Amino acid sequence: MRFSYDTSYADAQRLLRHWPGRIAYAVLAAVLLAGPLVLPKFFIGEAAATFIACIMALGLMVLTGFTGQVSLGHAAFVAIGAYAEIGLLDAGLPFPLALSLAGAIAGAAGLLIGLPAIRVSGLYLAMVTLAFALVVEQAVGRWKSVTGGYDGAQVPDALLFGANIGGLVPFYYVCLAVLVLVLLALINLTRGYVGRAFVGIRDSEAAAHALGIWVSGYKVLAFGISAAITGLGGALLAHQVQYVTPDVFSLNLSMQLVLMVVVGGLGSLRGAVLGAVLIGLLPTAISRLKAALPSVAAAQFGLDTFIFGLVLAGFVLFEPSGLNGRWIKLRTFFEAFPLYRRRTFVRGKAYASSERHR
Amino acid sequence: MSLLQLDGVSLRFGGLTAVREVSVAVPQGEIFAIIGPNGAGKTSLFNIITRVFAPSAGRVLVAGQDITVVPRHHVVRHGIARTFQNIELFDAATVLQNLLLGRHRFPHGGFAAQFAWAPAVRRAEIASRAAVERIIDRLELSAYRNAPVGGLPYGVRKVVELGRALATEPRLLLLDEPASGLNPEETRDLAFWLEDIRAELGITVVMVEHDMSLVSAVADRVMCMSMGEVLAIGSPADVQADPAVIAAYLGT
Repeated sequence: MRFSYDTSYADAQRLLRHWPGRIAYAVLAAVLLAGPLVLPKFFIGEAAATFIACIMALGLMVLTGFTGQVSLGHAAFVAIGAYAEIGLLDAGLPFPLALSLAGAIAGAAGLLIGLPAIRVSGLYLAMVTLAFALVVEQAVGRWKSVTGGYDGAQVPDALLFGANIGGLVPFYYVCLAVLVLVLLALINLTRGYVGRAFVGIRDSEAAAHALGIWVSGYKVLAFGISAAITGLGGALLAHQVQYVTPDVFSLNLSMQLVLMVVVGGLGSLRGAVLGAVLIGLLPTAISRLKAALPSVAAAQFGLDTFIFGLVLAGFVLFEPSGLNGRWIKLRTFFEAFPLYRRRTFVRGKAYASSERHR
Repeated sequence: MSLLQLDGVSLRFGGLTAVREVSVAVPQGEIFAIIGPNGAGKTSLFNIITRVFAPSAGRVLVAGQDITVVPRHHVVRHGIARTFQNIELFDAATVLQNLLLGRHRFPHGGFAAQFAWAPAVRRAEIASRAAVERIIDRLELSAYRNAPVGGLPYGVRKVVELGRALATEPRLLLLDEPASGLNPEETRDLAFWLEDIRAELGITVVMVEHDMSLVSAVADRVMCMSMGEVLAIGSPADVQADPAVIAAYLGT
């Protein structure tokens, strides 16, 4: 077993307080930094796409995982971020500024949709966000002067200090850097008073009011932050796909984002990253799998959808706390070895009222 | 001057009158108990004071300030904290996080600074933690500090909720059935803490409670309600002997 012997409250605030964690993250950082030097081209692109998926999933996690507000329409914010990025670059803004502004514009859209959305919750909120996504998808398709309509829009090159960073390897590092910054910002947000207020609203609105949390204000704020981060991911996605058409932002993308946060484990940033990695790499894994399957099975229409559904059903049935829950169990197993007890994680159902509201 | 003053407070839901013209004044430093059969309007009174409901008539003054014009989430700034009849804790969070949520009304070093975990945020977090640890010591919760609240025994959850209310540093503490579901030993601990909270922290306590052993032990005065109306106000012994109170409980 490992015990934390804090000698001050400042000690307790530090991230990565134990050496195994520090070593693990140092190794991870080294692998991610050295990756493009050794990986084949195809995987560099896949990795960058995965980083973008992580950013978008982190955005949704703030809303759904922490604040408990389900959104089935986050693809709308991806679209707003992507088209804002194209518009701003076309207007001649430098890439870093355009990227931040694209996030901000998506965030502002999030605040706007958050205002009516706080009046409803649960299933009704899901319907409102779904409707919003459909509206945005249609608007993007028909507003030709701005978005290029269904013909699509060319994404301008991303220039940083005059150098084109749209290439495979530089873009990998850009995505990685943005992901790390977003992750650090969200870690800080969620361990401070704002993150606690989000969790408070999710678990008991009555108590949140009584403790002085402005519930509707924080709900809108969660929408804004969530949309801004997802929009940031959308702006990067535009560069990744290089040619943007409305069907990139279909309902399918919204569902994949929801799948990522649920499979990853609601209420954990690590879960968002793990879920995005799994779901992001699944299509590639499936296409590889197809080569190995007998042709009758491989040629089946809807094999991808079937496997996505299977993964979701499997997690809901066998590991409701998601990949993050699995990770914590694994870590506890090694920390407590050989004294690990499975019962440690069997929770009394009687008081788990917050599960009902998710 | 009395800390809490209700002037002719009524609450009507359509044709149903939940609270009818309740007037009472609770002086600073008193432990004041409200008793009465189910549906008497005791919790409704709490909900009026904490702005869950707006009263249909009457005024609620806390330290001379009319509380009925204050938004619901600003009530805590006027020094009012409450617990709930059916525990309302943040189940997925740990005891420590639940108590820290009680510190929400205090400064945190700015919103934008949160993202960078700036020095001001760090200092504010340390101050919050120190304040919360004093409550953990007082209520003997240290064994549960990092345990998720959802899995804790009922008695401990009651104490955590009391601790969270104390973390807001209230002047007026509203406890809705603090002893319900507690065993006799836990109830004795609670009585001890209530005396402590009043004596050492100078907090005025108003509680709804059915357990007459606790009420008799700690309350200075008792108000008995029935059908939304006040039947009697006085010392615990007087109220228990009041014919109207006995009639309300046993029927005429």
